[in-house]
Amino acid sequence: MNPMPASYLWFIPLLPFAGFLINGTLGRRLPRAVVGTVALFFTALPAALVAWLWMTMCAAGAPSSIESVIRPSGYEWIAITGFHADFAFSVDHLTMIMLAVVTGVGFLIHIYSVGYMGHEEGTWRFFAYLNLFMFFMSVLVLAANFLLLFVGWEGVGLCSYLLIGFYFKKTSAANAGKKAFIVNRIGDFGFLLAMFLLIAHFGSLGFTQVFSAIAQHPEWQDAQFLTAIALLLVLGAAGKSAQIPLYIWLPDAMEGPTPVSALIHAATMVTAGVYMVARCHVLFNSSPVALTVVACIGAATALFAASIGMVQHDIKRVLAYSTISQLGYMFLACGVGAYAAGIFHLLTHAFFKALLFLAAGSVIHALSGEQDMRKMGGLRTRTPITFWTMSAGVFAIAGIPPFAGFFSKDEILYRTFTSPNPLHIVLWLAGLLTAGMTSFYMFRLWFKTFFGEPRVDPHANAHHSIHESPWIMLLPLCILALFSVAGGWIGIPAALGGNNGIERFLGPVFANGAAGEAVVSTSGHGLELALAAISVLVALGGFYIAYVFYCEKPGTAAALAERHQPAYNLVNHKYWVDEFYNASLITPLLMFTRGVLELVFERGVVNGSARASASATRGLAWLTRKQISGNIRSYAGWLAIGAAAVIAVMVFGNSLWGHL
Amino acid sequence: MVPTAYYLILAAMLFSIGIAAFLIKRNVITIFISIELMLNAVNLTFVAFAHMWHQVSGQIFVFFVMVVAAAEAAVGLAIILSIFRTRQTLNVDEIDLMKS
Repeated sequence: MNPMPASYLWFIPLLPFAGFLINGTLGRRLPRAVVGTVALFFTALPAALVAWLWMTMCAAGAPSSIESVIRPSGYEWIAITGFHADFAFSVDHLTMIMLAVVTGVGFLIHIYSVGYMGHEEGTWRFFAYLNLFMFFMSVLVLAANFLLLFVGWEGVGLCSYLLIGFYFKKTSAANAGKKAFIVNRIGDFGFLLAMFLLIAHFGSLGFTQVFSAIAQHPEWQDAQFLTAIALLLVLGAAGKSAQIPLYIWLPDAMEGPTPVSALIHAATMVTAGVYMVARCHVLFNSSPVALTVVACIGAATALFAASIGMVQHDIKRVLAYSTISQLGYMFLACGVGAYAAGIFHLLTHAFFKALLFLAAGSVIHALSGEQDMRKMGGLRTRTPITFWTMSAGVFAIAGIPPFAGFFSKDEILYRTFTSPNPLHIVLWLAGLLTAGMTSFYMFRLWFKTFFGEPRVDPHANAHHSIHESPWIMLLPLCILALFSVAGGWIGIPAALGGNNGIERFLGPVFANGAAGEAVVSTSGHGLELALAAISVLVALGGFYIAYVFYCEKPGTAAALAERHQPAYNLVNHKYWVDEFYNASLITPLLMFTRGVLELVFERGVVNGSARASASATRGLAWLTRKQISGNIRSYAGWLAIGAAAVIAVMVFGNSLWGHL
Repeated sequence: MVPTAYYLILAAMLFSIGIAAFLIKRNVITIFISIELMLNAVNLTFVAFAHMWHQVSGQIFVFFVMVVAAAEAAVGLAIILSIFRTRQTLNVDEIDLMKS
């Protein structure tokens, strides 16, 4: 096969953009089938291009050579003295994995959406936004400098906003969109400041320039400006990837259509923060402080979100908190220097979380829009394919071997345990506890949805029987289920007889980083096996508890909640974080806005100046209007005064001005 | 030989009387007459200066002014007549159509 010409790289983002233009401008007048076909066509082509790119790379043999093979020269974008930025794309191993996730999973979700959104109003709008998202996400992962990455970063945020608020007639959906957008702004503010600092210190935003400059200056290790840049980037990543303290937008984002939750709020966009941290690993490795912050944020978020996920009743919210928790895992991996493990988890998570969301969508579809798990149950026989595919996803995320999630999660836990970070035991314990909780809440979801007695409200579904979804929705589920089962096998660690392919594959990217690298070689396989056994035991423990609570003795959970009322309330109300933010930030801000900005500035300064100019004009008009009295003698008087003034100027003026 | 200054003082007095009458009087015809008075005051200065400088152009100007004043008197009296016909008054304080 011929290698893919580097210039074709431009088509990967531009094709979905073409789809967006077609559907966005003409979609309203096109029939549904054409809209869906256009959207599918313009996402299938980039997927095919990425496949070609992979084949090119595999044919080239040594994977380390691709970076030089495919690096299109950019078109100049900004060129001023002392700074310039290009429309430049670069491809390395990390980008290849991200591209595969974005175009591959993206394409599958597009197929699913054709079935899922078939009955909805405004399908053209949905597909236009979805294609626009694919455009921006491809730009984000292909960008060769921070500025272009930021363009993609903001673009996906915009698409996220548009798609969360897709049902904009629903107030909660419109509000959720705004919340997501505003919370992301806080993170983007950090990202922007980081870029300003980068320009100030490096004079460039190109990845190559910045990272090679850092590599050439070993004395910059621990430098304060690098820590500042890294921490600001973490703020940006925390916003996009829904980490503490900016995670609050993601659960609300579930107001969007389910395929959107799968694509944007599980598989791709929210992993952009992890991608960005991994991309900047050179920078982060120079700043142990920032790395520790990343690890702590990740571990705290993982634990925190998992505990909330255990008590949610809305099937999509459980998955949303699960996503936050898993993103925390990826952050934890990056924070302990195990970037490859983080990206590995990103990859497997993209498969199984997209699968879980799509399967949940299929369940919701089957129940004609019911999302409350208390009104589900016994769907195993009614929707068998959804059940089996979702089971693959549940087992994968719970970390049961040999499903995909086991390998990536285990790798992260192992790397955390062996990391040189002084907090590594605490971080590892948090990760392990999270793994147990994850297993519990996923099996809780599984049992409540598919097992036991059907609790479906008979009135709500009187006219609509429970039905399996059409094949166009099941096909992506089956493909994703396959990946959820087998996707982890590319990273089987050496201790289990594998060769950890993904780590080797990403090796050239993270070669100069990987704080844990030295430890890996010294510690034996025994430790790794023991840790794996512990995490499997914890996962099985979660499974067992969920089984007892929701299958064997269904009343146990409620009784337990009753007995530990305060603790249950705390978790059930999501630790009152939204309320805390409301009271501590939003209310004072609103009070400041209404009290100071509106009363003093808006009414005082803005309205005041407008009124002042109006009344000044009116006063002047009043003065001049007085002259137009209609009284001839007063005109004559003014005339006489004017003539006298002219004469006075003519007579005395010269002597007056002569002195000036 | 009367000094030029006397003519000028007389002209200034006539002009001032004209202005005063113009401003004080309410009857349009009186106002009209005061305008004529001012014009003639100016004419007097023209003639006085022409005599002083032995220049004929000042006297020619006076003829121009007289011609214009005659035309103006014709037009002005016509306007006054039509005002009186429509409003039955010549009091300027009551002729205030342009008052805003």
